[in-house]
Amino acid sequence: MDLRLTAKAAATDAERAAVDEVLGPPPSQWEGGARRAQDAHQAFGGHAARGRRHQLITVLHAIQDKAGWISPGALDYVAERLTVPPAEAFGVASFYAMFRTVPPATGLSPGTVVHVCDDVACQVAGAEALCAEMTRRFGPEGADRVPTGNGFHGAGVTWQRSPCLGKCDLGSAALIQRAGTAAPRRDLAPVTPDAVRDALAGSGPAAGVPLGVLVPQLSSRTGPGFASPDIAASPGSGPVSLLRRVGRVDPASLGSYRAAGGYEMLRRALRLGPQGVIREVRDAKLAGRGGAAFPTHIKWDAVAANPVRPKYVVCNADESEPGTFKDRVLMEADPYALVEALTVMGYACGAEQGYLYIRGEYPTAEGRLAHAVAMAREHGFLGPRVMGESFAFDIEIRRGAGAYIAGEETALINSLEGKRAEPRNKPPFPAQSGLFGQPTAVNNVETLLSVLEILRVGGPAYAAVGTPGSTGTRLFCLSGCVPAPGLYEYDFGVTLRTVIDGAGGVAGGRPLQAVLLGGAAGVFVGPQALDMPLTYEGTRAAGATLGSGVVLVLDDTVSVPALLRRITRFFRDESCGQCVPCRVGTVRQEELVARLAGPVSGEPGSGKPAPLGSVAAELALLKDIGYVTRDASICGLGQTALSAVESAVKLGLIGTDFTGTDFPGTDSQGV
Amino acid sequence: MWGSNAREAHPIFFHHVLKGIRNGAKMYAVDPRRSSTAKWADAWLGIHVGSDISLANAIANEIIAAGLVDEEFIRRATVNFEAYREAVARYPLERAERDSGVPRELIRQLAHDYAKADRAQICWTLGITEHHNAADNVLALINLSLLTGHVGKYGSGLVPLRGQNNVQGGGDMGAIPNKLAGFQDIELDEAARNRFGAKYGVPVPGKKGYHLSQMFDAMERGELTCAYVIGENPVSSEADTHHTRKLLEGLDCLVVQDIVMTETAKVADVVLPGTASWCESEGTVTNSERRVQRVRKAVDPPAGARDDIWIIGELARRLGYDWGDPTAEDLWNEVRELSPMHRGMSFEKLERLGGIQWPCPDEESQGTLFLHARLWEEDPARRGAPAPFHVVEQDDPLDTLTAEYPIRLTTGRRLDSYNTGAASNLYVTPLRQPETLNLSPEDAAALGLADDEIARVTSRRGSITAPVRADGTLREGLAFMTLHFPEQVETNILTLDTWDPKSGTAEFKATAIRVERATPEEAAAFWERTTSLEV
Amino acid sequence: MTSVFLETPRRLVDVEIDGQAVRVPEGATLLDACRARGIDTPTLCYLENLTPVNVCRVCVVEVEGSRTLVPSCSRTAEAGMNVHTDSERVRTSRKMVLEFLASSADVSLASADVRRWIASYGVDPSRYGSPAPDAGAGERDAARPGEHHAPAGDAAATVGQPVKVDNEAYVRDYSRCILCYKCVEACGEDAQHTFAIAVAGRGFEARISTEYDVTLPDSACVYCGNCIGVCPTGALMPLSEYAMRQAGTWDESRQTVTSTICPYCGVGCNVDLHVQDNTIVKVTSPLDSEVTHGHLCVKGRFGFEFVQRRRREE
Repeated sequence: MDLRLTAKAAATDAERAAVDEVLGPPPSQWEGGARRAQDAHQAFGGHAARGRRHQLITVLHAIQDKAGWISPGALDYVAERLTVPPAEAFGVASFYAMFRTVPPATGLSPGTVVHVCDDVACQVAGAEALCAEMTRRFGPEGADRVPTGNGFHGAGVTWQRSPCLGKCDLGSAALIQRAGTAAPRRDLAPVTPDAVRDALAGSGPAAGVPLGVLVPQLSSRTGPGFASPDIAASPGSGPVSLLRRVGRVDPASLGSYRAAGGYEMLRRALRLGPQGVIREVRDAKLAGRGGAAFPTHIKWDAVAANPVRPKYVVCNADESEPGTFKDRVLMEADPYALVEALTVMGYACGAEQGYLYIRGEYPTAEGRLAHAVAMAREHGFLGPRVMGESFAFDIEIRRGAGAYIAGEETALINSLEGKRAEPRNKPPFPAQSGLFGQPTAVNNVETLLSVLEILRVGGPAYAAVGTPGSTGTRLFCLSGCVPAPGLYEYDFGVTLRTVIDGAGGVAGGRPLQAVLLGGAAGVFVGPQALDMPLTYEGTRAAGATLGSGVVLVLDDTVSVPALLRRITRFFRDESCGQCVPCRVGTVRQEELVARLAGPVSGEPGSGKPAPLGSVAAELALLKDIGYVTRDASICGLGQTALSAVESAVKLGLIGTDFTGTDFPGTDSQGV
Repeated sequence: MWGSNAREAHPIFFHHVLKGIRNGAKMYAVDPRRSSTAKWADAWLGIHVGSDISLANAIANEIIAAGLVDEEFIRRATVNFEAYREAVARYPLERAERDSGVPRELIRQLAHDYAKADRAQICWTLGITEHHNAADNVLALINLSLLTGHVGKYGSGLVPLRGQNNVQGGGDMGAIPNKLAGFQDIELDEAARNRFGAKYGVPVPGKKGYHLSQMFDAMERGELTCAYVIGENPVSSEADTHHTRKLLEGLDCLVVQDIVMTETAKVADVVLPGTASWCESEGTVTNSERRVQRVRKAVDPPAGARDDIWIIGELARRLGYDWGDPTAEDLWNEVRELSPMHRGMSFEKLERLGGIQWPCPDEESQGTLFLHARLWEEDPARRGAPAPFHVVEQDDPLDTLTAEYPIRLTTGRRLDSYNTGAASNLYVTPLRQPETLNLSPEDAAALGLADDEIARVTSRRGSITAPVRADGTLREGLAFMTLHFPEQVETNILTLDTWDPKSGTAEFKATAIRVERATPEEAAAFWERTTSLEV
Repeated sequence: MTSVFLETPRRLVDVEIDGQAVRVPEGATLLDACRARGIDTPTLCYLENLTPVNVCRVCVVEVEGSRTLVPSCSRTAEAGMNVHTDSERVRTSRKMVLEFLASSADVSLASADVRRWIASYGVDPSRYGSPAPDAGAGERDAARPGEHHAPAGDAAATVGQPVKVDNEAYVRDYSRCILCYKCVEACGEDAQHTFAIAVAGRGFEARISTEYDVTLPDSACVYCGNCIGVCPTGALMPLSEYAMRQAGTWDESRQTVTSTICPYCGVGCNVDLHVQDNTIVKVTSPLDSEVTHGHLCVKGRFGFEFVQRRRREE
């Protein structure tokens, strides 16, 4: 490709080294290396060169981690190495929130960015107070500052608000990006300004990957269903349990995993054969747990039956739905199980390569998974002959870079290809044309672990758990106003009341105002919904959704309008911007909710603007905005971006004289 | 892509190439420079200038040795294969590597990929034809297509890219020494001669005329004393500018018909101001793929400028022949009457189909997408004359590299400019860069010349000054210039006017030069000249 | 000697559109089918010479059995499909898409078709309040993904910003940009493969940009102007046209369009010369040209000065 490189300054040695660490040294003059004699008469480019693009995000991470931002010179070097035009590479770098394309303002490089979660669950737990304290200690949000006297040493620090970091059970959370260090990304929860200071000073808890800890520090507060030996006794819990190993196995130890029955399910799968595995999954009636509840066996069967090769399987570990932390817990506590389950999926689908796409905000989980993959490879559970059989399979872990939309499966596929995480129009579905245009199956972490359970008890036995329409067990992410937030597993069919009671009921015995089900893309339900069974069919009948299993409990003191402002901000921030309904609709929704809700403490806004015309006119507008985003957006993000606000209006939690009800297609398809 | 920088010289053709690449097609580029075209290739073969035949013959030898020839096609549709095989046997990969500099493994890879492809094309431009042995270069490529059967089939074939919007049309109309309109041979085709003679009422001599290079030779000998030049600027475009200008100045009478005052017009006795054929008059042109297309009048020409048809008609009238007042369509219908391959192309049909590729012999025909399909016919009668292999041998550039002239200068085009710039230098483009002598970074460093410093460039014919630009796409010993800015830098003072006896093309692509730092006086003179041009 | 390549005959597919049977060749889109039926279907990001990106969503239709509306430009017609193009759902979504765009971008120079659709679908951009003030130069380009100032709701956000004039060939007025991706496609893999521009940023701050928003002369741009050729809203236009519009002398009612062939290389590109007052004011290429597919190079699009100058020198 006739690239034109435009940077005024070349990449620094450190930036080149960061890239070369991923890609190896440049093979020739034509890819950014020194001029060699053999370059005078030959060069290789074309399809093979352009085929390297899929490594773009990995390489951008390497630069970000090393230098604290993606400089023009570094981008040019990447462009040369991967044959990606600089404008395209910039389009990718500027898409993801974890990449910075401007230098740290202090000029002190590499910079440090502290992302403090202020999303829905943390809001309820007091994020505004935390942010106020962060401002007092570290300066206004987004401002780089040379800290003095707080124990920092020479690095510019910026703090900024972050969407959900998946630590909703812990009350507060931060992600610290600190370029040029051994741990360029660290997760921290719960968060206090002192903890941030200590972490930056290096005196906080060991960064990164605490391996070798038998019982990991997963949560400071655990519910009965989580990290507790009492799990089998939790209400409704039967023979199936996704959490059976959580807190009981050492996430760093393959031996510990095997002692707990690890890799028996892969052995069983290899005995059943690919079709046998798919049959079990079909008999189990497993539906995807990521939010869309699509029957898993249909995806697998379509990929397995497709004659085109190669095929790919992908684990979607880009858990980003606000209020959701289940996949993180599973990956941190039971990483080998996910490696095993993805291997089973590859076997069933006829793939030789699996990708595990994990959000960049989960460094601890990523570290443990990387270790698990390496150990599995070392012990023959991955590689050219998995478990000694004639089945070749390997897994590559790919790190997201701060984009909720990357959790949408086709957006995730684009991200794996080194592109902006923009969803693709369907059809074609990934099973026909997915990663690199090849047949691809994508499943969420909880779905995959459910497959291990299916193999353990058998498809029919699994289907016997739960209800006819919703089989097996389901993880619920309890947060908000409950005494014992955490991850809970129940058989399908449990009511909302039971789940809340399982976490101790509404904290302090206060009245329940509402529950946000399914996350930001979900819906608010009121106390009258407490006896709703938490099944696909039960929630659908009530116009609600299970989504990703979020149960955010709100007592009467919580400001729902403030939550709605956070949710609408979230959707505007996370819309990829590709299609008009979502790109503009999320903006218009945020403006509208701002008018209805008025200014929220800690956010800009000068007095409460009068609604345009009347509340009725606003609600009519909301109805139209909801209509087009739901009905005409490309993907589930847009299609669900107004669910929460609309449900809050219906419950009278905002804009009290709303009357419109006839929205089409109320079943939610979360991303 | 062999000797073609279509990315810059034929950008919209290259869109089609890129479409093929996007659909999975593989591309090889053979070019001394890693041009912007070559950068799109799966592999670039950076040959030494003028080593094309050695490379092509070695590819052929490898294809034969690997048993990848299309034996059936060769047997049925070609002749002279045995002689060819023996000849190319003298070109093992080792020899081609030595001649071209390209590693043998890469040559082998190209040979195998070309031979094994379901469909394959060889496209070329001036990198093949601006050599003293241009026709042999072309034959070497044709041989490869015959060897593999990559000809006469949809998607396969040989694609020479024409440089001007109607250079093909000029040939179509008989503006070549040995053909009448429609490529009817003036010496061999008596029937055609008679048809033209009957139409015009004069006998058509059965003897071919001179091509351009021969005309200059004839001027040199004093045999050719009068020239009528229409829309051509030989003073700027021909190799060895000094010599060309001298010859034209020495003519008894030089008439130039053009739309602007070109360097050639400046030395003419009579200048006839014509119209811009593509936007000020009606007619047709033929593009590189034999597509006859309508040009139309969109604007009125400037006062005093006359339609070319009118000018020629008026000349005839003054010479005693009244040809009436024909329209472009009248003349086109005359072509259709005399040229069988154009017969089916009425103005109405050209309009309706948006252009037609010849041959289009009758009303039913929609034109012809590709040529030589007859070679695949089962029936020998329909298959017609077999296509001959031509034995061609490597023949190094005439302007040899010596200690005195150690650097090989090759010439080419830039995207925003066109030929001698008579048209293209008049529009403003942010891309435009002044002419430079591009040198490899190594040569520039060895000469101690930084970018924009003025070098004196000397060939066996003359010397010019130009600013230097270090260019990483060039290897040591290879230099590059364009000929877009003759008023700033007269590149063609350097080039050699030795021409290919078969095609009449001069060897613009291979000049031996010496580069030195210009004296301060020369540099000052250069900047003064170019600055005055900008005002 | 003659041989004509014929495409393999395609099978035909029967669909029903608005209650009427339509037969289209296999592989045709629903948009093809609608147009074959003469149904006026609005499109913004679709163009015959580009791969459909289906991002504007204004061409959506209702296909029975489909949960959401589908973009007709890219959905292949399948046998037995029952399609509605004028249902309440379709009308509402089309109207809203147009309203979203008209409330956030300046569509005053959009084609007559677009203005007709805006009128016929009853678009009312004022429903969102008065437009917010334009952003300062470079402000939108500096936006970072996942961050924005939370609005007070008292004004409707727009993409308004100063015009970018950084070269002699054309201007970029991104206040008019509806992010249809066409320019990116034309600059990129649907034609030019120069990739000087791409979509950068995300969400409402997504924008067409060079790397780091460098000027076009500092970018990979080769001034083919194929981005101008596909821009539906006048966000991209030749500097000469922009200057004439600023001066009030641009008058399409006095312009003629004549189809001819580019005077430069041997490719034979079809060019349409737009002439006002015996002066070429713009060059385009017809989308249905087998040679160009509507695309030109810098010479073809801008290199006509040599014939103009003669007239000025009269």
